[in-house]
Amino acid sequence: MAGPAAAAEDAAFDAAAVIEIAEGLRGLEGPLLPILHAVNDRLGHVDARAVPLIADILNLSRAEVHGVVGFYHDFRRAPAGRHRVQVCRAEACQAMGGEALVQQLERRFGIPCGQTTADRQVTLEAVYCLGNCALSPAAMVDGALVGRADGERIAAAIAGRAP
Amino acid sequence: MIRVFVPGDAAALSVGAEAVARAIAAEAAARGIAVTLVRTGSRGLFWLEPLVEVERAGVRIGYGPVAAADVKGLFDAGFLAGGAHPAALGPVEAIPYLARQQRLTFARCGIVDPASLADYEAHGGLKGLRRALAMEPAAIVAAVTESGLRGRGGAGFPTGIKWRTVLGAEGPRKYIVCNADEGDSGTYSDRLLMEGDPFCLIEGMAIAGIAVGAEKGFVYIRSEYPHAFRRMQAAIETARVGGLLGADILGSGRAFELEARLGAGAYICGEETALLESLEGRRGQIRFKPPLPAISGLFGRPTVINNLITLATVPSILADGADAYRDYGIGRSRGTMPIQLAGNVRHGGLVERAFGLTLGELVEEFGGGTASGRPVRAVQVGGPLGAYWPTALFDTPLDYEAFAARGGMVGHGGVVVFDDTVDLARQARFAFQFCAIESCGKCTPCRIGAVRGAETMDKVIRGDAPEANLTLVRDLCEVMRDGSLCALGGLTPMPVLSAIDHFPEDFDRAAQSCAAD
Ligand SMILES: Cc1cc2nc3c(=O)[nH]c(=O)nc-3n(C[C@H](O)[C@H](O)[C@H](O)COP(=O)(O)O)c2cc1C
Ligand code: SF4
Ligand code: FES
Repeated sequence: MAGPAAAAEDAAFDAAAVIEIAEGLRGLEGPLLPILHAVNDRLGHVDARAVPLIADILNLSRAEVHGVVGFYHDFRRAPAGRHRVQVCRAEACQAMGGEALVQQLERRFGIPCGQTTADRQVTLEAVYCLGNCALSPAAMVDGALVGRADGERIAAAIAGRAP
Repeated sequence: MIRVFVPGDAAALSVGAEAVARAIAAEAAARGIAVTLVRTGSRGLFWLEPLVEVERAGVRIGYGPVAAADVKGLFDAGFLAGGAHPAALGPVEAIPYLARQQRLTFARCGIVDPASLADYEAHGGLKGLRRALAMEPAAIVAAVTESGLRGRGGAGFPTGIKWRTVLGAEGPRKYIVCNADEGDSGTYSDRLLMEGDPFCLIEGMAIAGIAVGAEKGFVYIRSEYPHAFRRMQAAIETARVGGLLGADILGSGRAFELEARLGAGAYICGEETALLESLEGRRGQIRFKPPLPAISGLFGRPTVINNLITLATVPSILADGADAYRDYGIGRSRGTMPIQLAGNVRHGGLVERAFGLTLGELVEEFGGGTASGRPVRAVQVGGPLGAYWPTALFDTPLDYEAFAARGGMVGHGGVVVFDDTVDLARQARFAFQFCAIESCGKCTPCRIGAVRGAETMDKVIRGDAPEANLTLVRDLCEVMRDGSLCALGGLTPMPVLSAIDHFPEDFDRAAQSCAAD
C-alpha cells in the first residue's frame, strides 16, 4: 500500500487509501467521523481531494463533507510537522504558569501556536485541557502526555525520551 | 509471588510511570527475584505519582513519588518486604487523603488491573448487572430514581426521570450514549475511570440498556484522550469475548453492543445534542429542543445520553441498593461526588465524598493549599463556564442548590485553584475568548458577543475608560445569557461576572497604577 509514502510527499495524493478506508468503514452507524479520523491518521491530513471520494461513497454532498472537515479542529487541511506538540492553555494550566510555557515554546521553536517550523520538524498547537490538570502545566507530544511540563521535558519527549 | 503495582494511567505515565515499571522489572530480574508487575489505573493522588505499591499479606504498601532512578535504592531498602525508605507511605488505604474519602464510583480505580474482567469481578464487579437482569425494566429505573442520582455532566438532571422517558418511548431501536467528551478544564474523572476501571462503565451502560430497552450504546470520547480511547476499545473487546457484551449478555438472552467513538477537538460536542450530531457524522451544532434526546435522539431514536460518571455510578446503586446510595449526601444532592482538585494546589487529585463537604475543606484540608505555597486567592468550580470565587465563599457546602444560590455551579466537579498572582481581569477575558474559539456559530449573541467581550476586556485591562467598558461588558453578558441557545453562550457570563463582582480591584486599572506609584 502506498500510504506511508504519500504521507511523506505532500504533493502526492493516495486516492486508493482514502477509498479503501471509506469502503471499509461505510457500514458503521455514523461513519463520517471515523473515516475522517482514519484518513487524517494514515495520510497525515484530510486532503481536499479526499472530500469528493468520501462524499461519493457515503452518498453525501461534497459540501456536507467539506463542512464537517472544516468544523473540527482535528482534521488538518495540510500535513503537520514530524512532531506534534499540543500545549494546554486552559485554566488549570494557566494557574501553574501555562502561558509562560506557551511563550517559551514559541520562542524555542520560533513559531506561534498553530504553525509548523520551517524544517517541518515541529507543529505547535494550543489545546484546551488534556485531563492532566493536577499535574499542570500539561502538554502532549505525539499523543503522549507530559505532566509538569517545561521546555526541557517537552524537548526530551520530542527526542523520543519518555517522561 | 510478590505483586507490585504501577499505574498505567496517562497522568502517571506523564510523570514517568512507564520508566519506573521498566526499571522495577529489570532490577528484579537482575537480582533474581520473581515479581508480578500489575499495571493498574491511578488512585488519583497525583502528587504521589508515580505511586508504586507492594502487596504484603494482603495489604498494599505505597512508595511515591518514585523516579526510575530511585528503583535500585528501593530494592536495597527491601521495599518488596515493605522496607523503610524516604518515599515510603505505609498502607495506601491509610493515607489520610484516601482514608477520608467515600469511594463508591471509584471503589476499584487504582486497585484492579483494568484489562482483567476476572479482576473486575473479583472486586465486586457485575453484581449490579446480575441484579438488574433479574429485575423488571421499570424496577431498575425506579431504583435509579430512588437513589437520587443526578447527572454528573453539569446540569444535575435526575437520571431516573430521563431513563423513565426513554423506557416509555415507543420504538424498535433505542440507544445509550455515554458522554465522555470531558471538555471542562480542571476535570479528569471520566478519563481516570476509563483508564482505571473501564468495565464499570460498560456494566453501567449495559444496565441502562436493559432498563430502557436499548441494545446499542456508544461511548463518545474526546480525541485529547487517545490513551483512554485505546483502553476503552480494548475493554469493550474483552467484554465481548467475556460475554458481558454481545447477543447474550451473561447468558441472559438479552443483547447489548457497544462502540467507542472519538470526538474531533470541539468543546461544544460535550453538549448533548451537538454530541449526537457529531456521532451521526455532522458538524457539532446544537439542536433545537424539543424534541428531547430521550424522545428523538441519536438517528431520531429514543436515546439515553448521560455523563460517564453518571453511568459508572449505576452498578454500585444496583449492587448495594438505592437506599445505600441515597443515604449519602445532603438536601437534593444525594450520593457521592467525585471532585477533581486541579491547578495551583499542593495535593491535586480525585476526592470522592458524599455531598455536603465544604469547598474550604476540599481546597485546604484535602488540597493542602496552593502548590506555590502562596495564599489561595480564587477558585473556579465547574469548568470554564463556572464561577470564580474568593475564599470568603469557602463555607459553601458541596451541593447543587447551595452552589446555585451563590451564583456558581458544581458542574462536573472540577475545582481549579489559583494563588494570589492571578489576575481576574485576564481570567474574565479568557472566558470570552474561550467562548469565541469554541462557539458553534449557530446564534449571534454567542458568536459575536464573545468576540466583542474579549475586545472590551482588552480595553479594561489597558485602563481605557474602564468604567464605561465594564458597563458594556455587563450589557454583553446580559445579552449572551438571555439570547443564547445553549449554555456555552448562556453561561460564559458566569465566570466573567463572578470575577468582576468578587474581585473588583482587578478591574480597576487606574487605581492599580496609582497604588503602584
Ligand atoms: C457547552 C457544553 C459543554 C458540555 N460538555 C459536557 C461534557 O464534556 N461532558 C458531559 O458529560 N456533559 C457536558 N455537557 C452537558 C450535556 O449537555 C448533558 O447535560 C449531559 O451529557 C447529560 O448527562 P448527565 O445527565 O448524566 O449529566 C455540556 C453542556 C454544554 C452546554
Ligand atoms: S450559544 Fe454558542 S455554542 Fe451554543 S448554540 Fe449558540 S452559538 Fe452555538
Ligand atoms: S487545564 Fe490543562 S490539562 Fe486540564
